[in-house]
Amino acid sequence: MTDVIVDIHHVSKSYRRGGQAVPVLRDITLAIPRGDFIALMGPSGSGKSTLLNLIAGIDKPDAGELRVGGEDITRFGEAELADWRARNVGFIFQFYNLMPVLDAFENVELPLLLTGLAKRERRVRVETALSLVGLADRMEHYPNELSGGQQQRVAIARALITDPTIIVADEPTGDLDRKSAEEVLALLRRLNSEMGKTIVMVSHDPHSVESARHVTHLEKGELIAG
Amino acid sequence: MLLKLVFKNIFRHRLRSLLTIAGLVIAILAFGILQTVVDAWFAGADMASAQRLITRNATSLVFPLPAYYRERIRAIDGVTKVAISNWFGGIYKDQSVGNFFAQFAIDDNYFDLYPEFRVKPEQMAAWKADRRGALVGRLLADQFGWKVGDVVPLKGAIYPGDWEFVVRGIYEPKDETTVTRQFYFHWDYLNEALKLKFPRRAEQAGVFIVGIADGSRAAELSQAIDREFRNSLAETLTETEKAFQLGFVAQMEAIVTAIRIVSFVVIVIIFAVVANTMAMTARERLSEYATLKALGFGPAFVAGLIVGESVMMTALGGALGILLTFPTAAAFKAMVGTLFPVFNVSRDTVTLQVACAVAVGLLAGLLPSIRASRVKIVEGLRYIG
Amino acid sequence: MKIPLAYVVRNLWARKLTTLLTAGGMALVVFVFTAVLMLDAGLRRTLVSTGSWDNAILLRQASQTEIQSAIYRDQASLLDTLPHVARGADGAPLVSKETLVLIAIAKKGGDKPANVVVRGMPQAGLALRPQVRLIDGRFFRPGSSEIVVGRSVADGFEGTGIGERLRFAGRAWTVVGIFDGGKSGFDSEVWGDVDQMMQAFRRTLYSSALVRLEEAADFQAFADAVGADPRLVLDVKREPAFYEEQSRQLSQFITILGIVLSLIFSIGATIGAAITMYAAVANRTAEIGTLRALGFRRSSILAAFLVESMALALVGGAAGLLLASGLQAFTITTMNWQSFSQLAFGFDLTPRIVLSAIAFALGMGLLGGFLPSLRAARLEIVDALRAA
Repeated sequence: MTDVIVDIHHVSKSYRRGGQAVPVLRDITLAIPRGDFIALMGPSGSGKSTLLNLIAGIDKPDAGELRVGGEDITRFGEAELADWRARNVGFIFQFYNLMPVLDAFENVELPLLLTGLAKRERRVRVETALSLVGLADRMEHYPNELSGGQQQRVAIARALITDPTIIVADEPTGDLDRKSAEEVLALLRRLNSEMGKTIVMVSHDPHSVESARHVTHLEKGELIAG
Repeated sequence: MLLKLVFKNIFRHRLRSLLTIAGLVIAILAFGILQTVVDAWFAGADMASAQRLITRNATSLVFPLPAYYRERIRAIDGVTKVAISNWFGGIYKDQSVGNFFAQFAIDDNYFDLYPEFRVKPEQMAAWKADRRGALVGRLLADQFGWKVGDVVPLKGAIYPGDWEFVVRGIYEPKDETTVTRQFYFHWDYLNEALKLKFPRRAEQAGVFIVGIADGSRAAELSQAIDREFRNSLAETLTETEKAFQLGFVAQMEAIVTAIRIVSFVVIVIIFAVVANTMAMTARERLSEYATLKALGFGPAFVAGLIVGESVMMTALGGALGILLTFPTAAAFKAMVGTLFPVFNVSRDTVTLQVACAVAVGLLAGLLPSIRASRVKIVEGLRYIG
Repeated sequence: MKIPLAYVVRNLWARKLTTLLTAGGMALVVFVFTAVLMLDAGLRRTLVSTGSWDNAILLRQASQTEIQSAIYRDQASLLDTLPHVARGADGAPLVSKETLVLIAIAKKGGDKPANVVVRGMPQAGLALRPQVRLIDGRFFRPGSSEIVVGRSVADGFEGTGIGERLRFAGRAWTVVGIFDGGKSGFDSEVWGDVDQMMQAFRRTLYSSALVRLEEAADFQAFADAVGADPRLVLDVKREPAFYEEQSRQLSQFITILGIVLSLIFSIGATIGAAITMYAAVANRTAEIGTLRALGFRRSSILAAFLVESMALALVGGAAGLLLASGLQAFTITTMNWQSFSQLAFGFDLTPRIVLSAIAFALGMGLLGGFLPSLRAARLEIVDALRAA
């Protein structure tokens, strides 16, 4: 039995709108094994992004238990959670979310600034990560000098740099053309198969979902067997 | 409809607009106060009358003139009255700015030359009857809380010793140009005391106030008076009261000029702030402007929206700033004491404030509006602020 | 602050117009602030350097200025016999009995005359003022109608060049020298022979007396000796202290007016900074969310935006300081209303003023950026990311 890296038990979450509580996730129980590449799918409003946010530790459930890498992150305070994320989570966003005023190298280096690594060490790691994604020759380019696909690859390098426990991707190909989307997905597959990275991806693009090993469906806040 | 749209647009970004307007209020207010300070500096000259001349020692104001010149000046054709005035320069309580006020030893007929000082007849009679009597201005009396009958002690600096005077009358101003912050007492009293203590300093006048019947003869009569005393022990210099007062102001010209310049600096500062706000706002709404143009509204309309918003903000801020100028000036006047006898916000100042507000509004909106009106529809629609 | 400085600084450069306008406003405020401080420092320097610490000046009791003061001849001769008075090379006591008058001279470039101090002094008067040097011509001869003028008088008034004559007190006086008073009040004076001056102005009294003490520490003993003699109804002050008092009102006025103005102006500039920083936060909400997601703390976000605001203010402050430093080339001549005469002084930039200006600028940046930075720090990650 492969060990479970993300263990979700009876998790619920609702948002306040006006004076009312609007439920977004209802009693979710889910186990994600290490090394899995899982896609969360569902119509808009199904709660898939919210579930991703909870797994990534940038939001907290109202009820239930959530363990990632064996740690119950629902018990963490804000500062602990921040440190935990820095070590354990790699983020990939739909719109890349790179800092426009930093070049590719500096963007990838950002998460390392939260560790105690020396400058030389950091440099080695950044160069390695950028080589991995095939952008070693664009280290000093700024985001506005890169194509969408290239920017996303920089973001992937940033997501990898601290060797995180899980990688979360929210619509990673949502803003890319077909060719770039294919490059990014190929990269993700490689990360998963060759480097054993656990990837949780939210998408509503059926084509990108084909890269995943498993697909889970959500509808109105509930998991649907799939 | 355009006005309504502009007004609503201002409050789309409430915090930014409120901050900008607040900055405008402060800038226009500061500008108004500074201009009023400059006006106040010249205020002494405003009270000057064309029918009064000042005769003083030609060598320097610091030197006295013989008191007997009085009769010789009076004898000149065209001169109606002559009164002596000596700057006393005493210390009241201490040498701080708040306790400073002008004190003069004057002839009994002095107030005949100053009809703008209104004294009750019984008070004037009481003053004339009391050697140690003093006539004080309304504002001065109010500042120190003096009433008729109060004793005011002064420590002499130019005329050493401890002097005591009794307030016998409080004079009121004719209008707002009249300065009522002076302290007058009898020259005779000073002179009698000097004859006893410092006889060599008795029978001396600081300046002569000369009343003339016909203001247009001022230059001619000034020269006539000075001719009278040429080549004598103490030559005189006679000029109109206005020229005399302006002479003092001119000596502080550098500082007055500096304040005038600085008052416009604050307008430049606020221009930078408003221009920044408008530039930001215009940039964020670029796609909206493109949409408007796509819908058929012309570039002039788009430009009008921006300039209109800019001018409306400066109008709001400017109006509030102008309104606040009056109470602030009053508070300032209370604080500064006798340094500025007259401190009123003039109509010219308000006009300047309005002009500055409008100018800032127009200029700050100009560059962003030109850019925005020129936006190509296609580019603008694609723009994500 | 773990967020790199490069991120902070480059963001200022990214929105050039906004940075320029905001920093420009701050530069102006710092300029005014610095200029006022420099003016006051210049005024003080002029007056403090007027006078030596081992000189004592004597005036009639309760006189506030030399012009108001009067010393009788018999009182003056007593001064020669007082203890602690230093003696010159010739053995004579270093006592300078002087007479002061104000005359009106036309300013250069204008026809408005202004009051200038004429100081009649004996030959010893120059020796008692070691900070004064003749830079052109020579000192006046005793018993002559010759005068020497201070540098500011020569520069700012008509008819005061060497060889030219000034008319006053019924005589023509020839300018034979120009002296440099070492940026002191003496630069604004005209000096001549005391006996000639007293004759011309028909005076029988001196205005003041300047005495060199054997030791600066003798001052109190000297003052006591003067106080003990009932014939000497005189005030004794150290020369620099006396001149410093003279300018107090003007100095206070300049300082108060200047500080008040700077504070008011700074409100405008600080508001400008706040507007800019609020916009920066609003525009970079997604970045803030991303940084927080990556693990940066709220405190780092707060610090980053505060530093950005202060860096902006620093740019403005440096520009304003640079501009103000240019004022050092100018001199102001205005009337010191306590002494009733013209005083020339310049703008003095001291290290303390530089630090004050920078602190003032940083203060504006801190104040203006505080609330926006707080807003940035208080964003919830999920909300911030949604804004992308």
